[in-house]
Amino acid sequence: MTATGTIEAAAIEAVWRIEQPKLAARLTRYLRDVGLAEEIVQDAFLEALERWPRDGIPRNPAAWLTQVAKNRALDRLRRTTLIDGKHRELAIDLAELERETPDIEAALDEDIDDDLLRLIFTACHPVLPAEQRTALTLRLLGGLATPEIARAFLVPEATVAQRIVRAKRALRDAAIPFETPRGAERRERLAAVLEVVYLIFNEGYVPTAGPDWLRADLCGEALRLSRSLTALMPEEPEVLGLVALMELNASRFAARTDKAGDPILLLDQDRSRWNWSLVRRGLDGLNRAMALTPAPGPYLLQAMIAACHARAVTAADTDWIAIAAYYQALALAAPSPIVEINRAVAVGMAFGPAQGLAIADALKDEPRLKGSHLLPTVRGDLLEKLGQIAAARAEFHRAAEMTGNARERALLLARADSLPGKTRDSRSAP
Amino acid sequence: MRFMMLMIPGGYESAAPDAMPSAEAVQAMMKYNEELKKAGVLLALDGLHPPSSGARVSFKGGKPAVTDGPFPEVKEVLGGYWMIDVRSRAEAIEWARRCPASENEVIEIRQVHEMSDFPEDVQKAAEGFNELKG
Repeated sequence: MTATGTIEAAAIEAVWRIEQPKLAARLTRYLRDVGLAEEIVQDAFLEALERWPRDGIPRNPAAWLTQVAKNRALDRLRRTTLIDGKHRELAIDLAELERETPDIEAALDEDIDDDLLRLIFTACHPVLPAEQRTALTLRLLGGLATPEIARAFLVPEATVAQRIVRAKRALRDAAIPFETPRGAERRERLAAVLEVVYLIFNEGYVPTAGPDWLRADLCGEALRLSRSLTALMPEEPEVLGLVALMELNASRFAARTDKAGDPILLLDQDRSRWNWSLVRRGLDGLNRAMALTPAPGPYLLQAMIAACHARAVTAADTDWIAIAAYYQALALAAPSPIVEINRAVAVGMAFGPAQGLAIADALKDEPRLKGSHLLPTVRGDLLEKLGQIAAARAEFHRAAEMTGNARERALLLARADSLPGKTRDSRSAP
Repeated sequence: MRFMMLMIPGGYESAAPDAMPSAEAVQAMMKYNEELKKAGVLLALDGLHPPSSGARVSFKGGKPAVTDGPFPEVKEVLGGYWMIDVRSRAEAIEWARRCPASENEVIEIRQVHEMSDFPEDVQKAAEGFNELKG
């Protein structure tokens, strides 16, 4: 490929990234079929790949692509309407599509915000399993190709392709309307949307095996998706809360592991390595969100907790009393054993290890924590602070046995070994 | 990756201290800015007063010397900037292409250094850099 050709390919890909979600959203509105719409969008881009390197990128690529996609859609609809009587109702949309103003440029801006929102709500519909929702969202709204999604999630391409096909089919078979829900349903569906975005972020954020660069890219993708959501729904405190939470978490990216790749716990991190531009964006977003609601939801509460850490100049400055209070609110808004474990840690820091241990001990019979190393880790830490060294050591050993992560196991065993010898064990506080 | 789009408006180097863009130009630019925001790529943006109300501090001979604007020898000055977060240099260029700029304006695109771009010794020297930005 010539140098010019390379430049053109990158430029066309850039246009694709920008235009793909809008085009998919517009076409889905007319065709009421995410799968069909996506096929036509792909067709339009194939045509661009063929013609733009020869003719140059058009002055308004969005209008060019829309025109091509519209023609293709009309062709398809005419054919299917003739063949299949069941498609007759689509004739109404077909008429609308044909009538639509020939001034494509003017029509481009019309309702596009609504269409995009509808597309997000459709792709993240709770009728789909989470893995299908994430794949479809990355495909339709991030413009990611199947191999990119596969590499990011460390699964075979065929698996991702199948997830996308199944998701599109499930949406069609369930006759999911292409709409922005209102009222109570909106809250429920928005929760599903935010869950997908946060899943994508965490897939990139939580350190596991794999090609690091692409997974870090997933964080970027989730941030862009959520920033876009805030532009489309500026009055939703939970959307702003999620963005703030992700910006604050992302700000710690560089400080989270040492040179060997071992995790560094939040309180041990070198805070000068945090990205303070992201911290500031996170705190700004959080303030805007808090001005919108007297009753913060789960994401906003988690962002408030993250902000407590961000505001502390050193780990010792952390406002644990505030964090314990936010965890208590979170335990009411979105109860889960993980929230309780975190609350035990925060209460232990704020009011003393005995109080924290009481919360942790109440979780002993929690079935969802069976097989998780989190509870024994936290209990070990609190018992150590209470001077119950032998019990603490036993908990660290138990936790080490339970974790599946080799680095974490080594860390836990090191903690057990660093405890004072058995002979010095005593019940008095250190 | 982050890029700065630097707006260089021709003639701004000699614009009056109270020079303001027209309402129409601002309106068109606002529409563009909203597009950036809706795409989820906009991080920050600002416009700058003309250099005639600014000053330059130069260091010839190791000593700071202050010159008030305008600066007759300067041919190009900044009028403002956008900070964007995109997936590629090509995407940054594509966004710049879409700016409703006037004929005498130029947009320069520059990638923002990330800490990880630097070799280890430079990273060490830059320790605390991120903290400054709070």
